[in-house]
Amino acid sequence: MQLTNRAQAVDRRPMNFVEKIYVPAILKGLKITISHAFKRNPTIQYPEQKRPFAPVFRGLHILNRDEEGRERCTACGLCAVACPAEAITMEAAERLPGEEHLYREEKYAARYEINMLRCIFCGFCEEACPKDAIYLTETVMPPNYNRAALIYKKEDLLIPKKN
Amino acid sequence: MKITIDNISIDVEPGTTILQAARQIGGEVTPPAMCYYSSLENSGGKCRTCLVEVSKGSEKDPRPMPKLVASCRTAVMDGMEVRSMTSERVLDARKGVTEFLLINHPLDCPICDQAGECDLQDLSYEHGDSGSRYGFVKRTFEKEDLGPYIQLNMNRCIMCFRCVYVAEQLTNPREHGILDRGWDAQISTYINKALENEFIGNVIDVCPVGALTDKTFRFKNRVWFTKPLDAHRDCPTCAGKVRLWMRGDDVFRVTGRKDKWGEIEDWVCNECRFHKKKTSDWVIEGPTKVDRHSVISQGHYVGLKKPNDPLEILIGKAPKHTIDIHKVSDVNKPDIDLSLIAGPAHSDDFNRSNTAPQPKEINLQESKVKKNDP
Repeated sequence: MQLTNRAQAVDRRPMNFVEKIYVPAILKGLKITISHAFKRNPTIQYPEQKRPFAPVFRGLHILNRDEEGRERCTACGLCAVACPAEAITMEAAERLPGEEHLYREEKYAARYEINMLRCIFCGFCEEACPKDAIYLTETVMPPNYNRAALIYKKEDLLIPKKN
Repeated sequence: MKITIDNISIDVEPGTTILQAARQIGGEVTPPAMCYYSSLENSGGKCRTCLVEVSKGSEKDPRPMPKLVASCRTAVMDGMEVRSMTSERVLDARKGVTEFLLINHPLDCPICDQAGECDLQDLSYEHGDSGSRYGFVKRTFEKEDLGPYIQLNMNRCIMCFRCVYVAEQLTNPREHGILDRGWDAQISTYINKALENEFIGNVIDVCPVGALTDKTFRFKNRVWFTKPLDAHRDCPTCAGKVRLWMRGDDVFRVTGRKDKWGEIEDWVCNECRFHKKKTSDWVIEGPTKVDRHSVISQGHYVGLKKPNDPLEILIGKAPKHTIDIHKVSDVNKPDIDLSLIAGPAHSDDFNRSNTAPQPKEINLQESKVKKNDP
């Protein structure tokens, strides 16, 4: 079976005199090696220098607040059902009288967790969210030696309240 | 009597309505119905979603009917020819009716407990427009408390009258109904009574939208994260045949068994519906067959066999996990059993567990008495 027509037969002829002395082949190789010393360095010095992110970059999640600083998330579960890695879990609660300044809607997420060990940063949760509550930012997720610290709770995800 | 719906002929009994004949054929020719409920007498004729075109009145009088007719209230005639999904007029009318139903319906599906099993959601998904043309403020009502079992959200009501018929035909005397007229019409008890008849819980099942929902399930979980199981128990008041909505071993909600038209087969009493929230109360028959197009079927695998951990086979023993997710996670804490809290969970339910363990069982009977005192 032939997948492409680029296949070539292996040349099995015995080497001629020029090939046998090897020097031209070595010089040819050295020319390529030395030419690289004069080319532009493709690496960047990471912590000092940073590459720009693509506009569609998807990084660390945040839970958004509205203009009045109330939590937008209503624990509708659409992010959790959209999540292909099943990384998101939540538990909802009813807003009590007097908590209107904390939560935007009648129902809110009392517990909200993203298991960052499972998350694949596909951004489906952001697309599914009907309340503009969850966003993937341009921040790279900070790594950690401790696996338990990568289970992000609601407090880790919520953006701080503006004063 | 022979009737032809969308070129499919069927013989039906005299007195059958077009909708019932279409349901006998089944499939896509069946018009949607928001207010008609076959087990409730006199229901139907209100929502107008089941409009069909009668292109031939009968064998004797073959003239077409001039206007679209409500199929749930129109009896078949011999030789009648009906066009349902093949008629442009009908599809356009359904789109219009859906738009009318949604005029005052709030867009709060993310909060609503009915989301995922809501007839209006299905209707607007199939027949509705993607956007709204309505530019005015939606009609809102003041909150009314209907007691410890039933949560009324009048803003979501589409005035189908199903719950009124349930109360009229199942519970004696009826304690709630439609107050006021037209724009101001609302479901209400006169004045602020709790609905407490032992069969009144069925209004939750017949409600096509989220206007009447189960308070004992309120905000506890989303419908599609719970797994439906058919179960029964020996109940002295009702047939005891129910559907349990489980999450793990917790019974989160008990409802009647709905057939493919969304109508429950046996009425369920309040005792079964609101007070039997333990697996040990029920004899489980098996998982409910859920249509695979329904969101409820997501994540519910039938006959799933988990493959062995390859690491376990390799080293010959269970591998030691570096993290136990249940120890780290705050969700599904064993000391907060949401399914046993009488009403919706509040912030104090979640905060209490941080300091002292919560009582494992909450007596629903007690909390009911307390709430009715004032």
